[in-house]
Amino acid sequence: MADTLQFDLVSPERKLASVEAREVQIPGADGDMTAMADHAPMITTLRPGVLRVTHGGGSDDYVVSGGFAEVTAGGVSVLAEQALPRAEVTQAIYDEMLAAARAAQSSAASDAADAAAKTVADMVTVGEQLGLAAR
Amino acid sequence: MPSLKDLKNRIASVKSTRKITKAMQMVAAAKLRRAQDAAEQARPYTDRFNAVMAGLAASVGGSDSAPRLLSGTGSDKVHLLVVMTAERGLCGGFNSSIVKLARARAAELIAAGKTVKILTVGKKGREQLRRDWASHFVAHVDHSAVRKLGYTNAQDIARDLLGRFDAGEFDVATIFFSRFQSVIAQTPTAQQIIPAKFEEAETGAATLYDYEPSEEAILADLLPRGVATQIFAALLENAASEQGARMSAMDNATRNAGDMIDRLTIEFNRSRQAVITNELIEIISGAEAL
Repeated sequence: MADTLQFDLVSPERKLASVEAREVQIPGADGDMTAMADHAPMITTLRPGVLRVTHGGGSDDYVVSGGFAEVTAGGVSVLAEQALPRAEVTQAIYDEMLAAARAAQSSAASDAADAAAKTVADMVTVGEQLGLAAR
Repeated sequence: MPSLKDLKNRIASVKSTRKITKAMQMVAAAKLRRAQDAAEQARPYTDRFNAVMAGLAASVGGSDSAPRLLSGTGSDKVHLLVVMTAERGLCGGFNSSIVKLARARAAELIAAGKTVKILTVGKKGREQLRRDWASHFVAHVDHSAVRKLGYTNAQDIARDLLGRFDAGEFDVATIFFSRFQSVIAQTPTAQQIIPAKFEEAETGAATLYDYEPSEEAILADLLPRGVATQIFAALLENAASEQGARMSAMDNATRNAGDMIDRLTIEFNRSRQAVITNELIEIISGAEAL
Protein backbone atom coordinates (compact mmCIF):
# COMPACT_ATOMS: atom_id res chain seq x y z
CA MET A 1 0.00 0.00 0.00
CA ALA A 2 1.28 3.36 -0.97
CA ASP A 3 1.95 5.57 2.00
CA THR A 4 2.21 8.87 0.20
CA LEU A 5 -0.28 10.88 -1.78
CA GLN A 6 0.11 13.54 -4.43
CA PHE A 7 -0.70 16.96 -3.00
CA ASP A 8 -1.47 19.93 -5.24
CA LEU A 9 -2.34 23.40 -4.04
CA VAL A 10 -3.44 25.83 -6.73
CA SER A 11 -4.86 29.31 -6.61
CA PRO A 12 -6.26 31.12 -9.66
CA GLU A 13 -3.02 33.00 -10.11
CA ARG A 14 -0.44 30.32 -9.56
CA LYS A 15 0.38 26.82 -8.50
CA LEU A 16 1.73 26.96 -4.97
CA ALA A 17 2.70 23.42 -4.23
CA SER A 18 2.90 20.01 -5.80
CA VAL A 19 4.56 17.45 -3.55
CA GLU A 20 4.42 13.86 -2.43
CA ALA A 21 2.88 14.19 0.99
CA ARG A 22 2.32 11.82 3.86
CA GLU A 23 -0.70 13.60 5.24
CA VAL A 24 -2.64 16.78 4.53
CA GLN A 25 -4.64 18.59 7.14
CA ILE A 26 -7.48 20.45 5.46
CA PRO A 27 -9.61 23.18 7.03
CA GLY A 28 -12.94 21.89 5.73
CA ALA A 29 -16.15 23.88 6.00
CA ASP A 30 -17.49 21.46 8.61
CA GLY A 31 -14.24 21.06 10.51
CA ASP A 32 -10.64 20.10 10.03
CA MET A 33 -9.87 16.79 8.45
CA THR A 34 -6.68 14.95 7.72
CA ALA A 35 -6.30 13.08 4.47
CA MET A 36 -3.79 10.27 4.11
CA ALA A 37 -3.19 7.83 1.28
CA ASP A 38 -6.21 5.74 0.24
CA HIS A 39 -8.69 8.13 1.74
CA ALA A 40 -12.25 7.68 0.51
CA PRO A 41 -12.88 10.06 -2.40
CA MET A 42 -14.57 13.22 -1.24
CA ILE A 43 -15.05 16.89 -2.01
CA THR A 44 -15.33 19.50 0.68
CA THR A 45 -15.51 23.26 0.64
CA LEU A 46 -12.93 25.20 2.62
CA ARG A 47 -13.27 27.68 5.39
CA PRO A 48 -10.52 30.25 5.94
CA GLY A 49 -7.85 28.38 7.83
CA VAL A 50 -4.39 26.91 7.95
CA LEU A 51 -3.62 23.93 5.76
CA ARG A 52 -0.74 21.72 6.86
CA VAL A 53 1.10 19.35 4.58
CA THR A 54 3.38 16.76 6.11
CA HIS A 55 5.92 15.21 3.78
CA GLY A 56 9.29 13.50 3.92
CA GLY A 57 11.17 16.71 4.56
CA GLY A 58 8.97 18.11 7.30
CA SER A 59 5.77 20.08 7.02
CA ASP A 60 4.55 23.21 5.28
CA ASP A 61 1.74 25.49 6.32
CA TYR A 62 -0.44 27.50 3.97
CA VAL A 63 -3.15 29.99 4.73
CA VAL A 64 -6.11 29.30 2.47
CA SER A 65 -9.54 30.79 2.07
CA GLY A 66 -12.45 30.02 -0.21
CA GLY A 67 -12.59 27.16 -2.64
CA PHE A 68 -12.63 23.43 -2.20
CA ALA A 69 -10.51 20.34 -1.76
CA GLU A 70 -10.83 17.20 -3.79
CA VAL A 71 -9.59 14.07 -2.08
CA THR A 72 -9.05 10.84 -3.99
CA ALA A 73 -7.25 7.65 -3.06
CA GLY A 74 -4.06 8.80 -4.75
CA GLY A 75 -3.99 12.49 -4.00
CA VAL A 76 -5.40 15.72 -2.68
CA SER A 77 -5.98 18.80 -4.81
CA VAL A 78 -6.85 21.99 -3.07
CA LEU A 79 -8.27 24.79 -5.16
CA ALA A 80 -8.25 27.87 -3.00
CA GLU A 81 -9.37 31.29 -4.09
CA GLN A 82 -6.69 32.77 -1.92
CA ALA A 83 -3.66 30.82 -0.79
CA LEU A 84 -0.35 31.95 0.63
CA PRO A 85 2.55 30.17 2.28
CA ARG A 86 2.38 30.90 5.99
CA ALA A 87 5.64 32.80 5.95
CA GLU A 88 4.28 35.26 3.40
CA VAL A 89 1.29 36.21 5.50
CA THR A 90 2.34 39.39 7.22
CA GLN A 91 0.28 41.50 9.54
CA ALA A 92 -0.51 43.84 6.65
CA ILE A 93 -1.81 41.05 4.43
CA TYR A 94 -3.76 39.56 7.29
CA ASP A 95 -5.33 42.92 8.06
CA GLU A 96 -6.41 43.19 4.46
CA MET A 97 -7.96 39.73 4.44
CA LEU A 98 -9.80 40.41 7.67
CA ALA A 99 -11.02 43.76 6.40
CA ALA A 100 -12.33 42.10 3.24
CA ALA A 101 -14.20 39.51 5.31
CA ARG A 102 -15.69 42.22 7.51
CA ALA A 103 -16.70 44.27 4.48
CA ALA A 104 -18.42 41.21 3.05
CA GLN A 105 -20.21 40.71 6.35
CA SER A 106 -21.52 44.25 6.53
CA SER A 107 -22.84 44.10 2.96
CA ALA A 108 -24.19 40.55 3.17
CA ALA A 109 -27.89 39.94 2.64
CA SER A 110 -29.81 38.64 5.64
CA ASP A 111 -29.84 35.03 4.41
CA ALA A 112 -26.06 35.08 4.00
CA ALA A 113 -25.32 36.94 7.22
CA ASP A 114 -24.59 33.79 9.22
CA ALA A 115 -22.12 32.53 6.64
CA ALA A 116 -20.39 35.91 6.50
CA ALA A 117 -20.19 36.10 10.28
CA LYS A 118 -18.65 32.63 10.33
CA THR A 119 -16.07 33.70 7.76
CA VAL A 120 -15.05 36.62 9.95
CA ALA A 121 -14.83 34.36 13.00
CA ASP A 122 -12.73 31.91 11.02
CA MET A 123 -10.41 34.70 9.94
CA VAL A 124 -9.97 35.78 13.56
CA THR A 125 -9.11 32.19 14.50
CA VAL A 126 -6.54 32.07 11.71
CA GLY A 127 -4.98 35.19 13.18
CA GLU A 128 -4.72 33.54 16.59
CA GLN A 129 -3.09 30.50 15.03
CA LEU A 130 -0.56 32.66 13.23
CA GLY A 131 0.05 34.89 16.19
CA LEU A 132 -1.21 37.98 14.38
CA ALA A 133 -3.49 40.50 15.96
CA ALA A 134 -7.04 40.87 14.67
CA ARG A 135 -7.60 44.59 14.43
CA MET B 1 7.13 66.22 -58.27
CA PRO B 2 8.28 66.66 -54.70
CA SER B 3 11.54 68.47 -54.20
CA LEU B 4 14.66 66.79 -52.89
CA LYS B 5 14.20 68.39 -49.50
CA ASP B 6 10.61 67.16 -49.25
CA LEU B 7 11.69 63.63 -50.03
CA LYS B 8 14.47 63.79 -47.47
CA ASN B 9 12.00 64.92 -44.81
CA ARG B 10 9.56 62.15 -45.65
CA ILE B 11 12.25 59.52 -45.43
CA ALA B 12 13.31 60.84 -42.05
CA SER B 13 9.75 60.82 -40.74
CA VAL B 14 9.02 57.29 -41.97
CA LYS B 15 12.27 56.16 -40.40
CA SER B 16 11.24 57.49 -37.02
CA THR B 17 7.82 55.86 -37.39
CA ARG B 18 9.55 52.59 -38.06
CA LYS B 19 11.59 53.00 -34.93
CA ILE B 20 8.43 53.49 -32.88
CA THR B 21 6.57 50.52 -34.35
CA LYS B 22 9.63 48.37 -33.91
CA ALA B 23 9.85 49.35 -30.25
CA MET B 24 6.13 48.71 -29.75
CA GLN B 25 6.53 45.30 -31.30
CA MET B 26 9.30 44.39 -28.92
CA VAL B 27 7.39 45.67 -25.91
CA ALA B 28 4.35 43.66 -27.02
CA ALA B 29 6.51 40.56 -27.38
CA ALA B 30 7.77 40.92 -23.83
CA LYS B 31 4.30 41.56 -22.49
CA LEU B 32 2.93 38.65 -24.48
CA ARG B 33 5.36 36.30 -22.80
CA ARG B 34 4.23 37.55 -19.41
CA ALA B 35 0.56 37.31 -20.33
CA GLN B 36 1.04 33.78 -21.62
CA ASP B 37 2.80 32.82 -18.41
CA ALA B 38 -0.08 34.17 -16.37
CA ALA B 39 -2.59 32.28 -18.50
CA GLU B 40 -0.55 29.12 -18.12
CA GLN B 41 -0.38 29.52 -14.35
CA ALA B 42 -4.11 29.90 -14.13
CA ARG B 43 -4.92 26.91 -16.29
CA PRO B 44 -4.60 24.11 -13.69
CA TYR B 45 -7.05 25.91 -11.41
CA THR B 46 -9.60 26.59 -14.12
CA ASP B 47 -9.40 23.10 -15.59
CA ARG B 48 -9.75 21.33 -12.28
CA PHE B 49 -12.46 23.68 -11.14
CA ASN B 50 -14.52 23.12 -14.26
CA ALA B 51 -14.07 19.36 -14.08
CA VAL B 52 -15.38 19.22 -10.52
CA MET B 53 -18.20 21.63 -11.30
CA ALA B 54 -19.23 19.62 -14.34
CA GLY B 55 -19.49 16.52 -12.18
CA LEU B 56 -21.47 18.33 -9.53
CA ALA B 57 -23.73 20.05 -12.01
CA ALA B 58 -24.48 16.77 -13.74
CA SER B 59 -25.60 15.13 -10.50
CA VAL B 60 -27.58 18.05 -9.08
CA GLY B 61 -28.56 19.85 -12.26
CA GLY B 62 -31.70 17.86 -12.97
CA SER B 63 -33.33 18.38 -9.60
CA ASP B 64 -35.70 21.21 -8.75
CA SER B 65 -33.51 22.40 -5.93
CA ALA B 66 -30.69 23.34 -8.30
CA PRO B 67 -29.44 26.89 -7.65
CA ARG B 68 -30.64 29.62 -9.98
CA LEU B 69 -27.11 30.26 -11.20
CA LEU B 70 -27.19 26.79 -12.71
CA SER B 71 -30.81 26.35 -13.76
CA GLY B 72 -31.43 29.94 -14.78
CA THR B 73 -34.35 32.16 -13.91
CA GLY B 74 -36.73 30.19 -16.07
CA SER B 75 -36.88 32.81 -18.79
CA ASP B 76 -34.40 34.20 -21.28
CA LYS B 77 -35.92 37.59 -21.87
CA VAL B 78 -33.10 39.86 -20.81
CA HIS B 79 -29.60 39.21 -22.04
CA LEU B 80 -26.51 40.83 -20.63
CA LEU B 81 -23.55 40.96 -22.96
CA VAL B 82 -20.22 41.47 -21.26
CA VAL B 83 -17.88 42.78 -23.91
CA MET B 84 -14.23 42.53 -22.93
CA THR B 85 -11.77 44.50 -25.00
CA ALA B 86 -8.46 46.24 -24.57
CA GLU B 87 -7.75 49.62 -23.04
CA ARG B 88 -5.48 50.60 -25.90
CA GLY B 89 -5.61 50.53 -29.64
CA LEU B 90 -2.92 49.85 -32.22
CA CYS B 91 -3.46 46.13 -31.99
CA GLY B 92 -4.82 45.29 -35.43
CA GLY B 93 -8.32 43.90 -35.58
CA PHE B 94 -8.32 42.71 -31.98
CA ASN B 95 -10.93 45.08 -30.56
CA SER B 96 -13.00 45.30 -33.72
CA SER B 97 -13.39 41.56 -34.07
CA ILE B 98 -14.71 41.18 -30.52
CA VAL B 99 -17.05 44.11 -30.97
CA LYS B 100 -18.23 42.74 -34.30
CA LEU B 101 -19.16 39.44 -32.72
CA ALA B 102 -20.98 41.17 -29.87
CA ARG B 103 -22.78 43.47 -32.27
CA ALA B 104 -23.97 40.56 -34.39
CA ARG B 105 -25.22 38.74 -31.30
CA ALA B 106 -27.00 41.84 -29.99
CA ALA B 107 -28.75 42.42 -33.31
CA GLU B 108 -29.78 38.77 -33.41
CA LEU B 109 -31.24 38.92 -29.89
CA ILE B 110 -33.12 42.12 -30.61
CA ALA B 111 -34.54 40.62 -33.77
CA ALA B 112 -35.76 37.71 -31.65
CA GLY B 113 -37.57 40.15 -29.38
CA LYS B 114 -35.21 39.99 -26.40
CA THR B 115 -33.93 42.85 -24.32
CA VAL B 116 -30.21 43.46 -24.57
CA LYS B 117 -28.02 45.07 -21.95
CA ILE B 118 -24.34 45.67 -22.45
CA LEU B 119 -21.57 45.84 -19.89
CA THR B 120 -18.21 46.82 -21.27
CA VAL B 121 -14.81 45.98 -19.90
CA GLY B 122 -12.07 48.00 -21.54
CA LYS B 123 -12.26 51.42 -23.11
CA LYS B 124 -11.89 50.52 -26.76
CA GLY B 125 -14.96 48.31 -26.96
CA ARG B 126 -17.05 50.97 -25.32
CA GLU B 127 -15.91 53.60 -27.81
CA GLN B 128 -16.78 51.37 -30.74
CA LEU B 129 -20.17 50.38 -29.40
CA ARG B 130 -21.15 53.84 -28.26
CA ARG B 131 -22.53 55.03 -31.57
CA ASP B 132 -25.20 52.38 -32.09
CA TRP B 133 -25.64 50.74 -28.71
CA ALA B 134 -25.14 53.47 -26.14
CA SER B 135 -28.74 53.16 -24.97
CA HIS B 136 -28.08 49.54 -23.95
CA PHE B 137 -25.08 50.27 -21.76
CA VAL B 138 -25.53 49.44 -18.10
CA ALA B 139 -22.02 49.71 -16.74
CA HIS B 140 -18.39 49.97 -17.60
CA VAL B 141 -15.33 48.47 -15.97
CA ASP B 142 -12.13 50.40 -16.42
CA HIS B 143 -8.85 48.54 -16.26
CA SER B 144 -6.64 51.30 -17.61
CA ALA B 145 -5.05 51.83 -14.20
CA VAL B 146 -4.44 48.12 -13.67
CA ARG B 147 -0.86 47.18 -14.33
CA LYS B 148 -1.11 43.49 -13.72
CA LEU B 149 -4.42 41.69 -13.96
CA GLY B 150 -5.15 39.83 -10.76
CA TYR B 151 -7.87 37.53 -9.61
CA THR B 152 -9.34 40.40 -7.62
CA ASN B 153 -10.14 42.24 -10.88
CA ALA B 154 -12.19 39.24 -11.99
CA GLN B 155 -13.81 39.00 -8.57
CA ASP B 156 -14.94 42.61 -8.78
CA ILE B 157 -16.61 42.04 -12.13
CA ALA B 158 -18.15 38.80 -10.90
CA ARG B 159 -19.51 40.49 -7.78
CA ASP B 160 -21.09 43.18 -9.91
CA LEU B 161 -22.65 40.59 -12.23
CA LEU B 162 -23.98 38.46 -9.39
CA GLY B 163 -25.48 41.50 -7.70
CA ARG B 164 -27.32 42.39 -10.88
CA PHE B 165 -28.42 38.80 -11.34
CA ASP B 166 -29.82 38.61 -7.82
CA ALA B 167 -31.62 41.89 -8.39
CA GLY B 168 -33.26 40.34 -11.42
CA GLU B 169 -31.67 42.68 -13.93
CA PHE B 170 -30.97 39.95 -16.46
CA ASP B 171 -31.60 36.29 -17.18
CA VAL B 172 -28.64 35.27 -19.28
CA ALA B 173 -25.09 36.62 -19.26
CA THR B 174 -22.60 36.02 -22.03
CA ILE B 175 -18.99 37.14 -22.09
CA PHE B 176 -17.23 38.17 -25.27
CA PHE B 177 -13.48 37.88 -25.42
CA SER B 178 -10.73 36.70 -27.69
CA ARG B 179 -9.23 33.28 -27.27
CA PHE B 180 -5.49 33.17 -27.77
CA GLN B 181 -4.39 30.59 -30.29
CA SER B 182 -1.13 31.95 -31.57
CA VAL B 183 0.52 35.27 -32.24
CA ILE B 184 -1.24 35.49 -35.59
CA ALA B 185 -4.53 33.85 -34.66
CA GLN B 186 -6.97 35.01 -32.00
CA THR B 187 -10.55 33.85 -32.12
CA PRO B 188 -13.29 36.10 -30.81
CA THR B 189 -15.44 33.91 -28.58
CA ALA B 190 -18.81 34.17 -26.89
CA GLN B 191 -19.28 32.16 -23.73
CA GLN B 192 -22.39 31.92 -21.61
CA ILE B 193 -21.55 32.17 -17.93
CA ILE B 194 -24.94 32.67 -16.28
CA PRO B 195 -26.73 30.28 -16.08
CA ALA B 196 -23.54 28.28 -15.86
CA LYS B 197 -22.83 25.80 -18.58
CA PHE B 198 -20.22 23.14 -18.22
CA GLU B 199 -18.89 20.93 -20.89
CA GLU B 200 -19.82 17.37 -20.13
CA ALA B 201 -16.86 15.77 -18.46
CA GLU B 202 -15.93 12.48 -19.96
CA THR B 203 -17.75 10.16 -17.63
CA GLY B 204 -17.19 6.46 -17.43
CA ALA B 205 -14.43 6.40 -14.86
CA ALA B 206 -16.28 8.93 -12.72
CA THR B 207 -15.39 8.60 -9.06
CA LEU B 208 -18.17 8.60 -6.54
CA TYR B 209 -17.33 11.33 -4.08
CA ASP B 210 -18.50 11.95 -0.57
CA TYR B 211 -19.60 15.52 -0.28
CA GLU B 212 -19.13 17.71 2.72
CA PRO B 213 -21.32 19.59 3.66
CA SER B 214 -23.68 18.43 0.85
CA GLU B 215 -23.74 18.48 -2.92
CA GLU B 216 -26.22 21.35 -2.96
CA ALA B 217 -24.31 23.40 -0.40
CA ILE B 218 -21.03 22.92 -2.25
CA LEU B 219 -22.64 23.85 -5.53
CA ALA B 220 -24.21 26.95 -4.00
CA ASP B 221 -20.82 27.94 -2.61
CA LEU B 222 -18.86 27.23 -5.74
CA LEU B 223 -21.12 28.58 -8.50
CA PRO B 224 -20.44 32.25 -7.69
CA ARG B 225 -16.73 31.46 -7.54
CA GLY B 226 -17.12 29.72 -10.91
CA VAL B 227 -18.30 32.98 -12.45
CA ALA B 228 -15.19 34.74 -11.19
CA THR B 229 -12.99 31.90 -12.38
CA GLN B 230 -14.40 32.03 -15.88
CA ILE B 231 -14.11 35.79 -16.06
CA PHE B 232 -10.53 35.57 -14.84
CA ALA B 233 -9.68 32.98 -17.47
CA ALA B 234 -11.30 35.17 -20.13
CA LEU B 235 -9.41 38.27 -18.96
CA LEU B 236 -6.12 36.42 -19.16
CA GLU B 237 -6.87 34.99 -22.60
CA ASN B 238 -7.83 38.47 -23.70
CA ALA B 239 -4.62 40.00 -22.39
CA ALA B 240 -2.53 37.44 -24.23
CA SER B 241 -4.55 37.90 -27.41
CA GLU B 242 -4.22 41.66 -27.24
CA GLN B 243 -0.45 41.52 -27.00
CA GLY B 244 -0.29 38.88 -29.74
CA ALA B 245 -2.45 40.99 -32.04
CA ARG B 246 -0.41 44.10 -31.27
CA MET B 247 2.80 42.26 -31.92
CA SER B 248 1.75 41.09 -35.37
CA ALA B 249 0.17 44.43 -36.22
CA MET B 250 3.36 46.26 -35.28
CA ASP B 251 5.45 43.72 -37.16
CA ASN B 252 3.42 44.48 -40.27
CA ALA B 253 3.73 48.20 -39.70
CA THR B 254 7.49 47.93 -39.32
CA ARG B 255 7.75 45.96 -42.53
CA ASN B 256 5.53 48.44 -44.40
CA ALA B 257 7.64 51.33 -43.17
CA GLY B 258 10.74 49.54 -44.42
CA ASP B 259 9.19 49.10 -47.87
CA MET B 260 8.16 52.71 -47.93
CA ILE B 261 11.67 53.87 -47.04
CA ASP B 262 13.10 51.76 -49.88
CA ARG B 263 10.63 53.25 -52.34
CA LEU B 264 11.26 56.80 -51.20
CA THR B 265 15.01 56.30 -51.30
CA ILE B 266 14.84 55.16 -54.92
CA GLU B 267 12.70 58.16 -55.80
CA PHE B 268 15.10 60.44 -53.96
CA ASN B 269 18.11 59.06 -55.83
CA ARG B 270 16.36 59.35 -59.18
CA SER B 271 15.42 62.98 -58.61
CA ARG B 272 18.90 63.80 -57.42
CA GLN B 273 20.30 62.20 -60.58
CA ALA B 274 17.81 64.19 -62.66
CA VAL B 275 18.93 67.41 -61.03
CA ILE B 276 22.60 66.65 -61.71
CA THR B 277 21.87 65.74 -65.33
CA ASN B 278 19.93 68.94 -65.75
CA GLU B 279 22.79 71.02 -64.41
CA LEU B 280 25.27 69.29 -66.70
CA ILE B 281 23.09 69.90 -69.73
CA GLU B 282 22.85 73.55 -68.82
CA ILE B 283 26.61 73.91 -68.42
CA ILE B 284 27.38 72.03 -71.65
CA SER B 285 24.84 73.89 -73.73
CA GLY B 286 26.07 77.13 -72.21
CA ALA B 287 29.66 76.27 -73.21
CA GLU B 288 28.57 75.34 -76.73
CA ALA B 289 26.77 78.61 -77.23
CA LEU B 290 29.97 80.54 -76.69
